[in-house]
Amino acid sequence: MNAVTFAILTPLVAATLCMLTLRSGVAQRLFGVGGMAVLLLVAVRLMSEVADGSVLVVRFGDWPAPFGIVLVGDLLSGIMVLVSAIIGLAVAVYSLADIDARRERFGYYTFLHFMMLGVCGSFLTGDIFNMFVWFEVMLISSFVLMSLGGERPQMEGAVKYVTLNLISSSLFLAACGILYGQTGTLNMADLAVRSREYMRPELLTMTAMLFLVAFGLKAAMFPLFFWLPASYHTPPVAVSAVFAGLLTKVGVYALIRTFTLIFTNDVVFTHGLLLGLAGATMIAGVLGAMIQFDFRRLLSFHIVSQIGYMVLGLALFTPLAVAATVFYIFHHIVVKANLFLISGITARYGGTFDLKKLGGFYAALPLLALLFFIPAMSLGGIPPLSGFFAKFGIVKAGLAGDTVFGGWAVVLAVVALAVGLLTLFSMTKIWAEVFWKAPTEGHVPHGGAIPAGEKFLLFAPVAALAALTLAISFFPQYFFDFAARAAEQLLHPETYIKAVLEPVP
Amino acid sequence: MNSVILVTVSRLLTGLLLVFSVFLLLRGHNLPGGGFAGGLVAASAFVLHALANGFPSARRLLGVPPRLLIGFGLAVAILGGVAGMLAGRPFLTGLWDKTPLPVIGKLGTPLLFDAGVYFTVFGVVCLIVFSLGEEGEED
Repeated sequence: MNAVTFAILTPLVAATLCMLTLRSGVAQRLFGVGGMAVLLLVAVRLMSEVADGSVLVVRFGDWPAPFGIVLVGDLLSGIMVLVSAIIGLAVAVYSLADIDARRERFGYYTFLHFMMLGVCGSFLTGDIFNMFVWFEVMLISSFVLMSLGGERPQMEGAVKYVTLNLISSSLFLAACGILYGQTGTLNMADLAVRSREYMRPELLTMTAMLFLVAFGLKAAMFPLFFWLPASYHTPPVAVSAVFAGLLTKVGVYALIRTFTLIFTNDVVFTHGLLLGLAGATMIAGVLGAMIQFDFRRLLSFHIVSQIGYMVLGLALFTPLAVAATVFYIFHHIVVKANLFLISGITARYGGTFDLKKLGGFYAALPLLALLFFIPAMSLGGIPPLSGFFAKFGIVKAGLAGDTVFGGWAVVLAVVALAVGLLTLFSMTKIWAEVFWKAPTEGHVPHGGAIPAGEKFLLFAPVAALAALTLAISFFPQYFFDFAARAAEQLLHPETYIKAVLEPVP
Repeated sequence: MNSVILVTVSRLLTGLLLVFSVFLLLRGHNLPGGGFAGGLVAASAFVLHALANGFPSARRLLGVPPRLLIGFGLAVAILGGVAGMLAGRPFLTGLWDKTPLPVIGKLGTPLLFDAGVYFTVFGVVCLIVFSLGEEGEED
């Protein structure tokens, strides 16, 4: 009995309890936050079980792989579930002060937990079709969270979000169908073996392209990223924070999983394409952000740009690069969710998300200024903060010269550096507009504008995530060590395949 | 809608459909049917009643809010899955009682899981149809 099952079961039970107590606000909040706290404990437990490099396998219904559905917990899954649970708990606490009673009554916490169920399921499943199902669980819940409340801009954002994600899902499904038709299996470990034996290489590459489009769209990669900045700024802040932290990263996770386990037959072509797309994603995202003056839209474009870095690490496909990607994802999820949460606090005080109208926060709320400074500079890659080590790893891997891409890897490393500079420009823009500039008429922040209880609920998660960023910054070796071992597992999938396909005693 | 024929027929059919839905649920493990189909048929009984007698009457007949049906169904389905874990086997492992019973066949945790699916689908369909229908009546 290991923690893998409980990582699925906890959000499911929490969602059910929320569903049964929909009319009681107290119970909603209790199960909402309590469920996330339990999930965090389960995730820590899971991490301790996989930390020694063992691969945990749960066979649902006791059907042996590859015939039944398996859940697989390895280091990458463990890290992803852990960081998701951290963000889940932070956002659930923040929601107590951010989500109105009406949204609560219509099942906000229920769907938050269903979304976590989909996220954790996607990270842990060892079956490609089951991954599709978890994606759907996650997406349907996120559709509800996105449109819950039914405000006009929310609906506009939701339509774009839903449409594009449905297209991605249908491509994903078609690609699963092709794989199954060619190999007769859906188990990912079994696919890794059989796709080599039974599929013509060019057909496997073609299927890889279908998966690339499907996952790339969900991860908001160039050129299919435009739905993200068009929709993420419309729902309540707590919702956009959890979306910004987790959802695109599920797409990145799926890319990492499939492009290290299954689609490695033609690395020069498939990962070369990823390399080019990563560069385009970085540039498109950061340039889009430069002209934005809405706090959350600006941050949304930066998600796109940062996705480029993660994909770049995967594309370079060396142990250092993949390790840097895993480290990058961990650092990024914490930082990005935190920045969204902060944008919500400034909007509560200043009454708007418009950077031009906000101002004077440094004088009015110096603590908030400090709490913003840490993740913002980390995102910009200023040493000694966590973003610096993440970018350093990616750039170093690009310059190392042991990739199969030769000069192109160096070009992309330089692009990554330049984009880092532009990211810093965006962050200083927010800093100058929101914190340094004199406040504008009607948007003057007052320290006492929010009651003390709510203030604590808003600031505590932000402070906790900032503290985590500092922990990653000051002890990067500790975190990088985990990332390096996760990368080692990913680049040598024999252990994974053996653990899954091992006959049951 | 005020049709004497529809009202009379619905009075007969509602009960019949509910019985049929339970029949579908029970035979579903090895034959066509199951919790999903059963839940749909059960919900259709109430939808038929709502079309004939109006949505308030259907809600009264149902007695519980559909969202509670969904929650109840999920809870039952989870129990069906967890039962396997309590026996020291993985989640969702089917445990069967060996003694055959008349009508039902065999009792086991997959039936419990299926019953959960039944109530969830039942609740979801009722919730959707009632919400949409009442929206229309307000206009």
